[in-house]
Amino acid sequence: MSKDKGRVVVVPCSGIGKPSGSVSREAAYELCESLRPQKTQLVALSKLVLGDAATRETVARTPCVAIDGCQQMCASKMVKKSGGTVIHAVAVLDAFRRHRELKAEGIAELNDAGRKLARVMAEELVETVDALGSSGVDKGATYV
Amino acid sequence: MSEGPERKVGIIACSGEELAEGTVSRLAALRVLDSLRPHDTVTLCLPLFLAGGPDDRTFALHHPTITVDGCDLRCAAHATEMYSNKPVHSLVVSELVAEQGLRKPGGRRQLNEAGRQAVESTAERLAALVDAVISKETHVSDTARVTGTSERRERGEGSCSCGGKCAV
Repeated sequence: MSKDKGRVVVVPCSGIGKPSGSVSREAAYELCESLRPQKTQLVALSKLVLGDAATRETVARTPCVAIDGCQQMCASKMVKKSGGTVIHAVAVLDAFRRHRELKAEGIAELNDAGRKLARVMAEELVETVDALGSSGVDKGATYV
Repeated sequence: MSEGPERKVGIIACSGEELAEGTVSRLAALRVLDSLRPHDTVTLCLPLFLAGGPDDRTFALHHPTITVDGCDLRCAAHATEMYSNKPVHSLVVSELVAEQGLRKPGGRRQLNEAGRQAVESTAERLAALVDAVISKETHVSDTARVTGTSERRERGEGSCSCGGKCAV
């Protein structure tokens, strides 16, 4: 049995052109490394773009959370194109609309507001991850 | 002699979030784009080849590209070639680290000292490759350049996702 059995896949935007891409990545790290490391699995978007077979299989069998940085919604689109199901998608812009005081700046290094916005997004996603864990939601397939 | 159209080199990083080397690729690309060669480089987020539109997929037709990958999966290099055009150079951080005898980078979220050193080395190599590409480009004759431009127009490739004044 794989150690990843039952984990929720988290796919962040991999953008390097805007601070919102960095916020999405930071939110994913906060969720997967700090808040729910035992319940989540971070998947790099670039592997889905390449069409890596093992990654596609993981995504296809596992509930996915997409964290999008901009209106292009690359993370959500790529999960769907890879045969996966997005059970929860969040966008940095939407989160910012709810928290106008947290204006992210910086790409290589986020400012404090950007990191706080990422933290807020990650905390909101914890509810989704925990709900999946308690309800045992799956897609009718064996988790990898 | 007439002045040729402005040419920029496209830098495409894998940005792989799973590995520290992916973080190195992203930060090295940003260092070149923002500090080392800001006037000679542009970038495109890798996922846009599939999640974006036609302009994104023709990106590498308008720009000679250099890809920066974190590991030997070479997602950026393969995806760029599959969906746009073959990169003129392809860097792999893990190979560069081994070649230069650097310590393995750590800390995908916050790079350790070895990771930061890898960013510097990767960025320097990238900048040198950009210079080489630009230098080679300037040796292309105006006639050849104009011909290439005409061919692209005939193929209907009229715009580029970089937002700049591309030779299209």
